[in-house]
Amino acid sequence: MKVLLALLSLSGPVLAADPEVTIQLREHHFAPSEIKVPAGTKVRLIIDNQDATAEEFDSFALNREKIVFPNSKGIVFIGPLKPGRYEFVGEFNQSTAKGVVIAE
Amino acid sequence: MFAAALIVFRESLEAALVIGIVAAATRPIARRGWWIALGAAAGVVGAFGVAAVAQSISQLAGGAGQELFTAVVLAMAVAMLAWHNIWMASHGRQIAMQAREFGRSIVRGETALTAIITAIALTVLREGSETVLFLIGISSSAASSRASLAIGSVLGLAAGGGAGVLMYAGLLRVPVSRLFHVTGWLILLLAAGMAGQFARVLIQADVLPALASPLWDTSSWMPDDSVLGTLLRALLGYQAQPSATQVLFYVAALVLIFAAMRRAQSRIPAA
Repeated sequence: MKVLLALLSLSGPVLAADPEVTIQLREHHFAPSEIKVPAGTKVRLIIDNQDATAEEFDSFALNREKIVFPNSKGIVFIGPLKPGRYEFVGEFNQSTAKGVVIAE
Repeated sequence: MFAAALIVFRESLEAALVIGIVAAATRPIARRGWWIALGAAAGVVGAFGVAAVAQSISQLAGGAGQELFTAVVLAMAVAMLAWHNIWMASHGRQIAMQAREFGRSIVRGETALTAIITAIALTVLREGSETVLFLIGISSSAASSRASLAIGSVLGLAAGGGAGVLMYAGLLRVPVSRLFHVTGWLILLLAAGMAGQFARVLIQADVLPALASPLWDTSSWMPDDSVLGTLLRALLGYQAQPSATQVLFYVAALVLIFAAMRRAQSRIPAA
């Protein structure tokens, strides 16, 4: 048992799971379009693309870009972020796919 | 239409600048135009191939397939550009001297071409696959907007290509004695920029830590999406809000490649 606990403690980041947030992409809109995340920690952002076309999750502020395919999910790690607002867009549909990450 | 133009412009700019710089850097080498065209064409074919399997690639490695693939392509391109610069550091003076001989092109210089043509193919493949996926995405839009999106894309591609042509034309005005020095620096900066991008995609996939992020924020005086910001991004790897790890990789690539170039140069026996 002690050996098992010792081994488990070596896997560090796996057990201390990063906070996870999911946003959906529907009709070229992000839902929700405003997401709150804790500041100062890595966050696992899951983009669930429910549209029939691919979208590129793009953010200069978050320094991330990822293509998410139709009817599938993409994972992007963001942060650790300082408190503030970080805008992102769906680059292929910039007029409708917009959102903001609020770190606090 | 403008949005499509801007997206395609940004994607094609880096590849166009790499081609323009390389075309100028290899000026005295015989038939290098054909080789460059071949490299670019291979990149275009590769871009379609990658776009076709992009979804499958994306699902590899627990969802990090896209980032890992991009990282590998970037690493290979950095290696090719570094190899070219190091090779030129040890052979460049010979080539420049021979180039000044009236009407002579260097056939032997083709050994230097392999690395640089591969770098072109890899860059066209990387930027091209994103462009292909974008075009596939917008082709399913309503017919009414498809025409303006198509026009925008062509305009964006033309603008990107135009920037590459301007870069080439500008470099041609540099005297041959200085040309290799100037293009050497431009290629070094391109390689460093790619090293920074390599770090960025690995941070995104949680393979590397971001460390201080952002290390600085210059978005108020040089935003990423401004025209100058876009140009500086393609040429220098500029970012308004980079992570510290990115900057580390950028500086490390600059220092290591430059050091290797100096070492290669110092090994040439005195004439």
